[in-house]
Amino acid sequence: MAGGTRGGETMMATREFAAHEAHVHAAPQGFIRKWIFSLDHKVIGLQYYFLALTAVLVGMFLSLLMRIHLIWPNVHLPLLGDIKPETYLTLVTMHGTIMVFFVLTTAPQGGFGNYFLPIQIGAADMAFPVLNMLSFWVTFLAFVVMLGAFFVTGGAPLHGWTGYPPLSAVPSAGPGEGPGADMWTVSIALFCIGALMSALNFITTTLDMRAKGMSMMRMPLTCWAWFITAILGLLAFGVLFSAGILLLLDRNVGTSFYVPLTVFSGQIVAHKGGSPLLWQHLFWFFGHPEVYIAILPAMGLCSQLLSVFSRKPIFGYKAMVYAMLSIGLLGFMVWGHHMFMSGMSPYSAFAFSIMTMAIGVPSAIKTFNWLGTLWGGRIRLASPMLFAIGFVSLFVSGGISGPFLAQPTLDIPLHDTSFVTGHFHLIMGVASIFGIFAATYYWFPKMFGRMMNESLAQWHFWLTFVGTYCIFMPMHYAGMAGQPRRYSQFTELHYLEKLIPLNTFITFAAFVTISAQLIFMFNLFWSMKAGKKASDNPWEATTLEWTTATPPPHDNFGGHIPAIYNGPYEYGVPGAPRDYVMQTDPTTVAAH
Amino acid sequence: MGLVLLAVIWLITFISAYFFIAKTWWLPTGASAAAAGIDHHFATTYLVMGIVFVAAQVLLGFFAWKYRDRGPSSPARYVHGNSMLEIVWTVLTAILFIGLNLMSSSIWAAERFRPAEPGATQVEVNGMQFAWYFRYPGPDGKFGATKPELIDPSAGGETAIGLDTTDPASKDDVVVGTMVVPVNREVELILRSQDVIHSFFIPNMRFKQDAVPGLAIHMHFTPVTIGEYELTCAELCGLGHYKMRGMVRVVSQEEFDKWLAAREAEKQ
Repeated sequence: MAGGTRGGETMMATREFAAHEAHVHAAPQGFIRKWIFSLDHKVIGLQYYFLALTAVLVGMFLSLLMRIHLIWPNVHLPLLGDIKPETYLTLVTMHGTIMVFFVLTTAPQGGFGNYFLPIQIGAADMAFPVLNMLSFWVTFLAFVVMLGAFFVTGGAPLHGWTGYPPLSAVPSAGPGEGPGADMWTVSIALFCIGALMSALNFITTTLDMRAKGMSMMRMPLTCWAWFITAILGLLAFGVLFSAGILLLLDRNVGTSFYVPLTVFSGQIVAHKGGSPLLWQHLFWFFGHPEVYIAILPAMGLCSQLLSVFSRKPIFGYKAMVYAMLSIGLLGFMVWGHHMFMSGMSPYSAFAFSIMTMAIGVPSAIKTFNWLGTLWGGRIRLASPMLFAIGFVSLFVSGGISGPFLAQPTLDIPLHDTSFVTGHFHLIMGVASIFGIFAATYYWFPKMFGRMMNESLAQWHFWLTFVGTYCIFMPMHYAGMAGQPRRYSQFTELHYLEKLIPLNTFITFAAFVTISAQLIFMFNLFWSMKAGKKASDNPWEATTLEWTTATPPPHDNFGGHIPAIYNGPYEYGVPGAPRDYVMQTDPTTVAAH
Repeated sequence: MGLVLLAVIWLITFISAYFFIAKTWWLPTGASAAAAGIDHHFATTYLVMGIVFVAAQVLLGFFAWKYRDRGPSSPARYVHGNSMLEIVWTVLTAILFIGLNLMSSSIWAAERFRPAEPGATQVEVNGMQFAWYFRYPGPDGKFGATKPELIDPSAGGETAIGLDTTDPASKDDVVVGTMVVPVNREVELILRSQDVIHSFFIPNMRFKQDAVPGLAIHMHFTPVTIGEYELTCAELCGLGHYKMRGMVRVVSQEEFDKWLAAREAEKQ
C-alpha cells in the first residue's frame, strides 16, 4: 500500500504547497470571529456537531412522544396536552426530517468531516473558509426555519419527511399543510444551499489541498468517504433544491408541476395536469443517494477504527475505496426502488431492482473486508472500537433486509409497512449514529484535550446496542404481519390488534434506549471540564491528526506543513520500534 | 469483555433468528393465486439472507473474542488484503444477489406486465380522504362518466365519486363501500384517487398498489379462498390515514351474481 507513487508527484505537491500559503488566515482574536462567525474549519466542525446534537435531542424527543401515543393514545401529557392523530403525523414528519437532514447529514460530514478532513490530509484549513462559514450559517438558518414550523398557524406539516404531493402541495389536505408546510419546504431548500456550498468545499479541499506525499491512495478511508459523500451531495442536493422550489411554486403561485385536478371534501382545487410522480422521481433521485450521504462517513470511520484498534492494516484498502466509489455511482441509479408500488412502469421496476441488488455487492465487500481486518488482529475493545463493531453488526442486520425490499415481488407485501421502518432505521439511522458515537469517543481527546470517561462510555454502548435491536428488530416482524407505516393507532384494523403487545415492547425498549443517551450527554459535557488530560496520540494511531498538538493549533500543524511517507494503516508492522508507523515517519515501510 | 461482546452479538442474532424461524409473526394467510409464488420466493430469500445474517454476526462476535489483545507475545498479522479473496467474494455475492432477483422476476411479470384477462370482474377503486368506494360497471360493461364538480363525499355512495347520472352508461353502475368479488375469477381493478395518493393494500391477497390522482391504474389479482379480508391504506394520506380501512368479501360466483343483481334492483 505504501511507497510507490511518490516520485511523480513533486509538481503537484508544489502546487498544493502554494495553495496552502494562499489560504492560511491569521488566528482571530475576538469572541465573535473566533467562536461565532469563525473561518476556522475546526470551530465550524464543532458548530455543526453541536447543531446536530441539538437536533438529535429534538428528534429523539419527538420519537418518544410517538411511541407513547402509539401505546397510550389517550394519555394527557403535562404541558403538551393530548396527542391527536394529526399531531402524531406531525411528530412523524418532523422526527424524520430533523433526523435525516440535521443529524445524519450534518454531524458525520459537516461536523467531523470539517474538523478532520483538512488535518488528515495535512492542510491548514478548508479550501474556501468563508464559504465554509456560510454553509454552516445557512444550515443553522434552515434549522431555525424548520423548528419555526411548529409555531405557525396550523403547526408543522403532517406529510412525512418524503413530502409526497398532493398532500404536501394543497393547504386543505390537512392540518399543518398551510404555513407549516411552506416553512418546511423553505427550510429544506435552505439546507440544500448549505449542503451544496459544503460539498464544493470538501471536493476542492480533497483534490487541491493535500500535503506533499499525500497521494489519493494514501488518504485515510475517512477522507475517501467524506470526498465521495461530497460528490453525492453536489449531485443530489441540487435536484432536491429544484424539486423544493417547484413545490413552493405549486403551493403559492398556482403552478401545477405536481398537482393534477383534485377534489378535497367536495371542493375542486385549482390545479390541472400536474404529476404527483414527478416529485417522487426528483425526491428519490436525491433521497437514495442521501442514504449513502448518511452512511458513507460512518463506513469510512469504522474502517479506520477497526484497523486502529485491531492493530492491523485495513484489509483490502483498494477494494474498500472501489466499493465506496461503486456505492456512490450505483446510488444514483436505484431511486426507483422506492416507487415499485407508485404506478411507475413495471418494466422500469425490473431495471431498478437489478441495480439495487447490484449495490448489495460493494456493501457485502465492505463487510467481508471489515471481518478480514478483525481476523488475526490484537483487538483493543475501547469504546470507539465497541461502537465500530456495533456499527458492523447493525450494518449487516439492516443490510440483509435490503434484498427483500429490492425485489419488486417481495416489495408488494412489505412496501410501506414497518418492515421498511425497521430496515432503514437499522442501516441508515442507528448504524450512522453508531458512526457518530464512535467518532465522538475516538476524536474527543483531540478536539477537547481530554479523555471521555471509559466506564460511562461502555455502559452507553451496551444499553444502546441491545436497546436499538429491541426497538427495530420487532418492527420487521410487525411489518411482515402487514402493519402499515405512519399509523397513529392500531385499533382500527382487526389484524393489527395482535401486534399491540409487540408495539408495547418496542415502546419500552425506546424508553430504555433514550434514557441511555443521558449517560452520553453527561459524559460528553462532564469530560470537557473534568476528563483525564489526553496525550497527543492516546490511541496510538498513525494518521496526521495524531501528529499535532491536542487540541490542534489554529493552522493545525503549528507553522510547519507535514510531509507524508506512508499509507494510513501501518499497524503491527514487523520490525518497527513500536507496533505502528506514523504517516509522517520518513522510515518508509517497504511496499507490499 | 471480548467474551461479553461475543455473547451479546450471538444472543441478539439467535433470538432475532428464532422469531423468524418460528414464524411467530408472519405474512397473513395467503388468499390469492399469486400468494403461493410470492410466499415461496419470500421463504427462499429468507433462507439465503438468514444464512448470511447468522454467518456474518457469528463471525463478528467470534473474531472480537478470539483475536482480543493478549499482549505483545501474540502480534497481529501484518496483511494488507488478498486480491484473490476479493474477487471470489465479489463474484459470489453478485451471482447470489442477481440470481435471487432473476428468480422472482417471473412473478412480478405475471402480476404487472400483462393486462387482465378478458373475462375478469371489473371493479373501479376510488380512494378519498378517508374512505374507499368500489364501482361495478353493471350489465352494460361500461363505467359511466364522473365529474369533479358533482363530487360530494358527505352524501356517500355514487355522489361521493361524482357519478354523472345523465350519462346512459352510468344508469347501471353500482357504487358500494365494501368490495365483493367472486372466487377463482380474475379481478381487474382500476385504481383512482380524487385527492391525495392512497395505497390499496389487501395483506391476504399480497396485493398493493398506489391510487394516484390524475391516473387510472389497471391491475389484477385472483382471489382463491372464500372469506372476508381487511383492506387498508398504505400510503400516508392525512390525519385519518390509520382508519382508512375497508373489507373485501370473496364469495362464490352464484352468490356474487345474486348480490350484484340485488344492488342493481335497489337502483331501479
